[in-house]
Amino acid sequence: MSDQKPAPAASGRSSMKKELPEKFRDYKHVWVFIEMERGVVHPVSFELLGEGRKLADKLGVELAGVVLGGPGEEIKHAAQESIAYGADLVYLVEHPTLVDYRNEPYSKALTDIVNAHKPEILLLGATTLGRDLAGSVATTLLTGLTADCTELNVDDDKSLAATRPTFGGSLLCTIYTLNFRPQMATIRPRVMRMPERVEGRQGRVVPYAPDLDETNIITKILRFLPDRDSNKSNLAFADVVVAGGMGLQNAENFQLVRNLAKTLGAEFGCSRPLVQKGWVPAERQIGQTGKTIRPKLYIAAGISGAIQHRVGVEGADLIVAINTDKNAPIFDFAHIGITTDAMRFLPALTEAFRRRLSPHSKDRLAG
Amino acid sequence: MHIVVCIKQVPDSAQIRVHPVTNTIMRQGVPTIINPYDLFSLEEALRLRDKFGGEVTVLTMGPPMAADSLRKALTIGADRAVLLTDRFFAGSDTLATSFALAQAIRKIGETFGAPDIVFAGKQTIDGDTAQVGPGVAKRLDLLQLTYVSAVSELDLEDKSITIERRSEGGVQILKTRLPCLITMLEGSNVVRRGRIEDALRAARADVVTWSAKDAGIDDLTKCGLRGSPTVVKRVFAPPPRAEKAAQIDLVTNKAPADMAEAMIVAMFAHTSSLEADMSKLAAGF
Repeated sequence: MSDQKPAPAASGRSSMKKELPEKFRDYKHVWVFIEMERGVVHPVSFELLGEGRKLADKLGVELAGVVLGGPGEEIKHAAQESIAYGADLVYLVEHPTLVDYRNEPYSKALTDIVNAHKPEILLLGATTLGRDLAGSVATTLLTGLTADCTELNVDDDKSLAATRPTFGGSLLCTIYTLNFRPQMATIRPRVMRMPERVEGRQGRVVPYAPDLDETNIITKILRFLPDRDSNKSNLAFADVVVAGGMGLQNAENFQLVRNLAKTLGAEFGCSRPLVQKGWVPAERQIGQTGKTIRPKLYIAAGISGAIQHRVGVEGADLIVAINTDKNAPIFDFAHIGITTDAMRFLPALTEAFRRRLSPHSKDRLAG
Repeated sequence: MHIVVCIKQVPDSAQIRVHPVTNTIMRQGVPTIINPYDLFSLEEALRLRDKFGGEVTVLTMGPPMAADSLRKALTIGADRAVLLTDRFFAGSDTLATSFALAQAIRKIGETFGAPDIVFAGKQTIDGDTAQVGPGVAKRLDLLQLTYVSAVSELDLEDKSITIERRSEGGVQILKTRLPCLITMLEGSNVVRRGRIEDALRAARADVVTWSAKDAGIDDLTKCGLRGSPTVVKRVFAPPPRAEKAAQIDLVTNKAPADMAEAMIVAMFAHTSSLEADMSKLAAGF
C-alpha cells in the first residue's frame, strides 16, 4: 500500500531511539492544557481530553487537565467540566496574574508545573493562545513539539506517534520525540471528535501554587476589545457546508457556491488557492491552514482534494464531491461523487434543493 | 534603532507536486519565494525604520541558494542581509532552528549593534508550525508578541512598545518593553514594492555569509539532526477510503436538473436523517 513507502527524507532517521535518559524515566501520565479565556473553556480542550483519554488508557496511566486562570468560581467550574469530559485529575493553577492570557506568566507557570509533576505527554490546542504558549514552553524545556497534529497514537514502545501534514500539506508524516520528555503536541480545533460529557463523573482537583508576582511581569494588558459576534463566521460548527475550489475558474463563479449555501441555510467556504488569489476572505478557508469542519454534509465543488484540504474535512459525516476530473483525489475520500462541471451543476443543484426543501412547496403539495 | 527580521526561503506551495508512485516531493523546477507571512513582518520593520530611523537586517538560515531570498528582501528595502549556512544545520527541527537563529542574532548584535526588535513570520507555508518565532524569543529572553495586527506606539527613549494582538475572542492591547520579538498577522499591512534605488543597491550588495563557527556556534550537538528532539519516522500519502465515491450515473442523468435530482436522492439515501435536518436548516430554524 502507498503508506508503506517512506520518502527518502525519512530514511535513516527511524533508528535513533536510544534508551530513554535516566532523568526522563519517571515522566508519566498524559496532560491536556485546559485553555480558558474570560471564564470560558475553549472547546478544543475538551476535544483533546477525549483524545488524551484514549492515549492514557493505552498507556495505562492517568489523564490530567491543567487549568490556569484568575482565582474564582470560573476556574473551579472549568476543572469540574474537565473531569466530566474525561480527566482523572485536574491541576488547578489559580493566580491574579493569570486572569488574562499573557505569555510571561502562563509559560512560567506551565513550565514550572511540568517540571514539578513530570508528564510524559502534554497536549495543547493549536489556537493563537496554545501556539504562543506551546512554543515558549517546549523551548524552555528543550523538548520536541509537533504542531497541528491530525492523528495521535501510542506505538509498541509507548512513544507518542504524532501525525501531521507536511510539505505544505501535500503528504503526511509521523513524528516522534524519542529521547526527550514531555512529548508535546498541538492539535487544531475540531480535528478531534468532541467526547461525551459524563455528568457526575468523579475526579481529583489538585491545587498548584505558581511562583508568580505581578511586579516581575513586564507585559501589561491595557485593554481588550472583544470581537463583535456579527464578525464571526460559524463555519467550523456548521451542520452543512458548501465550498468551492479552483474548478470554479474565476472569482465571479464563486457566487454559485454562495447561492447554494444560502438556499440550504449553510455556511460557505473555499480551498486554499482561492484565498491566495484573493477571491475569498481567509476566514473562509477550509483545510490544514484554515478551518477544520465536522458538518453532517459537506459539498465540495471544483476542489481537487489535496491532503491539506482533506485533513480539514474528513470529520464530515457525508462528503459530496463535484469535479470534472474523475481521477481527482477528492473522489478517494468523498462518499458520493459526480464527474461534471461544477459551474453547470451548482445552479441545477440549488434549484433542485430549493424545490425539495422549501416549506412553501410542501404547503402547495399539501394544499 | 536596529531591527532584525528572520525570513525563510520556501518552495512556492501552489506548485509542489507529489510523485504519484514513489510519494516523494518533486522539487525540480519548483520556484522558491520568501515565505509570504515573513513579508508582513519585513514591511512592518521597514515602516518603523522609516519613521524612527535606524537599520533593518534580514537573516535567514538555509542552503547557499537562500541568498536569493535575502537579495529580494534587500530590493524591498532592507539595509543588510545575513545568511547562516552550514551543513551542520541540515535536518534541523524547530528547536534546533531557533537555537541557530538565536545564536546568529546574538552575533549580529555584537557585530552590527544590539537589536531593539526582532521580527519573524507568524508561521511558514511549508512547515506551518508557528514555533520558531516563540523559540527564538525564549532563547534570547525577548518579550514575545505573536499574532500582532498593529504596532500602535514605539518609544525608543522609554524602551516601550504598544501593540494590538489578535487573541481567540478579540484584540489585546499590550504594552511591553524592548527588546521584543514580534510576529505579524497576515494582511495587517500592505507590502511595498521596492524602489529602483533599492534594486540597484541590492544588486551590488554583499550578503554577509556565516558558517556555524562564524556565528559563534561552538556546540554543534545543538544543531541540525543531532540537536532536534523530534524525529520524522514516516512520510506517506493517506490511504484512500476502502471504497471510492459512489458516482452519480451520467448515462441515465444527462441534463443538469436530472443529475441534481439523482444527487439529492443519493445523499438522502446515504444518511436518512439528512432530509429532515436540511429542511429545518433551510427554513431557518
